Amino acid sequence: MKADVMITGVGGQGIILASDVLGEVAIADGYDVKKTDTIGMAQRGGSVISHVRIADKVYSPLIKKGTADILLAFEKLEAARWADYLKKDGIAIVNNHALPPLSVSMGTDRYPSDEEILAILKAHTDRIYIVEGNKRAQELGNIRTLNVFMLGCLSRFLPLKAETWQEGIIQRLPQKVQQINLNAFELGRKETGHGNLS
Amino acid sequence: MKKLLSGNEALALGAYHAGVKVAAAYPGTPSTEILEAISVHEDIYAEWSTNEKVALEVAIGACYAGVRALASMKHVGLNVASDAFMAVATTGVNAGLIIISADDPGLHSSQGEQDNRHFARLAKVPMLEPSDSQEAYDLMALAYEMSETFDTPVLLRSTTRISHSKSVVNVTASRSMPSPKREFQREPQKYVMLPAYARTRRPRMEERLLKLADYAETFPLNRIEWNDRKLGIITSGISYQYAKEVFPNASFLKLTMTYPLPRNLIRQFAAGVEKLIVIEELDPFLQESIQAMGIKVSGKEFIPRMGELSPEVVAEAGQKAGVLTEVSPEAPPSPLLPRRPPLLCPGCPHTGVYFVLSSIGRRSISPKAKDKTPRETNLIITGDIGCYTLGAYPPHLVLDTCSCMGASIGEAIGMEKAGVSKKVIAIIGDSTFLHAGITGLVDAVYNQSKITLVILDNGTTAMTGHQEHPGTGISAQGKEATRVVLEDLVRGAGVQNVSVVDAFDLKEVRNTIKTALDRNELSVIIVRGSCAVHKPKRSEPRAIDAELCSRCGVCLMLGCPAIQTEDEQIFIDSSLCVGESCNLCAQICPQKAIGPRSKVVKVAP
Repeated sequence: MKADVMITGVGGQGIILASDVLGEVAIADGYDVKKTDTIGMAQRGGSVISHVRIADKVYSPLIKKGTADILLAFEKLEAARWADYLKKDGIAIVNNHALPPLSVSMGTDRYPSDEEILAILKAHTDRIYIVEGNKRAQELGNIRTLNVFMLGCLSRFLPLKAETWQEGIIQRLPQKVQQINLNAFELGRKETGHGNLS
Repeated sequence: MKKLLSGNEALALGAYHAGVKVAAAYPGTPSTEILEAISVHEDIYAEWSTNEKVALEVAIGACYAGVRALASMKHVGLNVASDAFMAVATTGVNAGLIIISADDPGLHSSQGEQDNRHFARLAKVPMLEPSDSQEAYDLMALAYEMSETFDTPVLLRSTTRISHSKSVVNVTASRSMPSPKREFQREPQKYVMLPAYARTRRPRMEERLLKLADYAETFPLNRIEWNDRKLGIITSGISYQYAKEVFPNASFLKLTMTYPLPRNLIRQFAAGVEKLIVIEELDPFLQESIQAMGIKVSGKEFIPRMGELSPEVVAEAGQKAGVLTEVSPEAPPSPLLPRRPPLLCPGCPHTGVYFVLSSIGRRSISPKAKDKTPRETNLIITGDIGCYTLGAYPPHLVLDTCSCMGASIGEAIGMEKAGVSKKVIAIIGDSTFLHAGITGLVDAVYNQSKITLVILDNGTTAMTGHQEHPGTGISAQGKEATRVVLEDLVRGAGVQNVSVVDAFDLKEVRNTIKTALDRNELSVIIVRGSCAVHKPKRSEPRAIDAELCSRCGVCLMLGCPAIQTEDEQIFIDSSLCVGESCNLCAQICPQKAIGPRSKVVKVAP
C-alpha cells in the first residue's frame, strides 16, 4: 500500500491533530510514515497544509506536486489552492465550507465561486466528494469534531483497520471528548459525499 | 519501541537518553519544541534564557562544571550567540556540549535565510546534519561522545523540514548517565581567554580539526550506498530524502558529519562513479569543498541557492542537468486565488494600539474611501520581531522597519539622531524587549534620545507558541519564578516618562501616545493586555445591528478576523469573537451599532 495524503485548511480547524492521528494509525498498522506540516508564522487564520506519506518505505516527507493520492480539504478555497498536488484522477474530499480571507472581507479580493472551485478541481480529477463537515459537527454539538469527521470520510479510501482508527482517536484526545469524536468518525465513515458545492 | 516523533522531539529524547543535565534556549521557529520536549523531564534543569547568547553561556558554564549540556536556537539565534560560540570553540569543553541550530530555508517564519553550516567552518568545530528523526535521535549520543573525546563543542544543524517533520523512531535506549566528569577545576590556560592563553589554544584547534577529519572517515553515519554507478550523488540532511525519491537507482554518498569532511571517502566515491553531483539546500557548502579537493563535481549550476528544496525542485534540477530523462506530466497552471496571510487573532491586544497608530499616523485607507492614494505619513515607526510584525500588513500598515531582535530601539535612536523631520516611535514586544531591547533603551537614556518606545506586553512569547519569559514569573518547567516587572526595569534604567495602559481601552491608548509624542522627550508606554490565546473565558460575542449600521467600514480597519462582509453587509462571526474582554469594535463604531449579541435588535446579516 502506498498513500500520499494532502490535508489542507485554515489554522484553527484541527488539521495538525488530524494528520497526527492518521500518522499514528498507519504506524500502528505496520507502515512507514512521514508527515510534515507547513503552518507559516501565525497561530491562527493562515493557510495550513499537512503532507502525510504512508508506504512500506518513505523517503521525502514532502509530497511531490501532481502525485498525491488523496486531497482532504477542510475548506473550499484551500481545496482549490492545493489541487495541483493531486495526481491525475486522484481523490478530492472537500468540506463544503467557506472561510473568506481578510482581504475578501476588506473588499480587495474576491472569493472564488463554487463553479470556479469545481472547475479547478475537475482539471485534475473527476473523483470529487463534497462532504458536509461543519453541518455534521454542529449536529453533533461540537464544531471541533470537524477534524475527526473528516478523518472518517478519509478512512473509507484507506486500507487501515477500523479498530486502529478508534484506538488512534482515543489515544490522542482527552477523555471527555472521546465518545463524541468516535461518533464523528463513524458519521464521516458513512458520509458518501456528493458532487455539488453550495 | 517505535514512535512517530518530530525531529525536534527526537533531538530532545536523544539528548535525554544521552544524559544531558542542563538545557537552555530562547524560543525561535523552528527550534522551539526541542527545549519544550526536554523540559518535561524533572531530572534535567531546563530554562528559557533571556536570549540565545545567555542560553549558550548557561550551557557552556554547565559543561565546564562537568555535566552534559545543550543549547538550542534558530539560525538567527546563533548570530546572537555567536560571540559565546566562538569563545567556547576556543576553550573547548569539560563534559559534552551540543549547540543545535535549526535553520529555516524558505523563510517559513524568519526575517532572513542563512546557511549556518558556515558557522562550523568559522569556529573550527565539528558539524552533524540529521536527515530524519531516527538520525536526530541517534546522533545525540554520538555527538556527546565526540564532544568529550575531541574537547570541542559540536554544532548540530537541523532545518525546518527536519525539525517539524514527523517520522518513525525506533527508540533503542533509555536514559543513561555518562561516567562522571570531574567538577570544575581551576585551569586558567584553558578557561581564561587572555590573549596569552588564547594564543596557546589556537594550535590545539587546528590539531583538533585534523583529528576530527580522520574520525569523519569512519563516522558510522557517513556511508556509501552503491547502486547504478553512472550517477553518484553526494548529499546530506533533508536533501538526501528528496534525492532518494527522485533518483532511486543512483549511487549515494550520504554525509551526516559534514564538517570536517571525510576526504578519502569522498575521493573513493568520486572515483567509483561516472558523473558526480552534489544535492544540497542553500549554499554550495559541500560542493565548493569538494571542488577545492580537485574533484570534478556540479550541483549549484542547476540546484537553486535560495529557498527550500523539494522533490519537484530536485526533479526539475535533474532535468536541467540532463541526469533525469523522465519528465513530469504537464499539470494545469495554478489559478490566481486570494492569499490567506497570517493575521492577528480576534481579541489580540495588539489590534487596538495598531488601530490608533494607523489613524494618528495617517496609515489606514478605509475600504469605503473613494481616493485610495496613501497620504503623507507623519510618523516613522520602527518595528521588531513577533506576532506584532504583522502590523506591517493592511489594514494597519504601521511598521516601517523590522530587521532583527531588539533593533527597533537602536534604529529609532539612529533615525532621530540623523535629524528626520518626523517623530519616531519604536515598537517592541515584551519578550523581545527582554531579549535584546534593554541595551537599546539604556542607550536611549544615556544619549538623551527623544523617541517614544511602545512595549506591547501580552505576557507571553506568543509567536513561537506561548513560552514563558522573565516577565511572566513562571519557569520553563512550569515552576514559580521571579517576575521581572517591565515598568520597574524601565524606570530603573533612568526613563522619567513611563506609562502603563490597558490595551483594550482605546481612548487611554490614544491619549497616552499623543501626550508622549507632544512631550519631545524619551517616553516609554507599556501597552498591557493578555494574549488572545491565553484569555481564560470568552464572554458573549458582539454583533452588529443591521438597521443601525451605516456600512462605513470603520470596524473593518481593526483588521479583526471576526469582522467580515457578505453582500455589502458587515457582520461579526460569533464563533470567532471573544466578546467583552476586547470590545474594540464597539468602542469605535460611529453609529453605536455594535453590542453584545443578545442586546442587538436586528443582528446582521
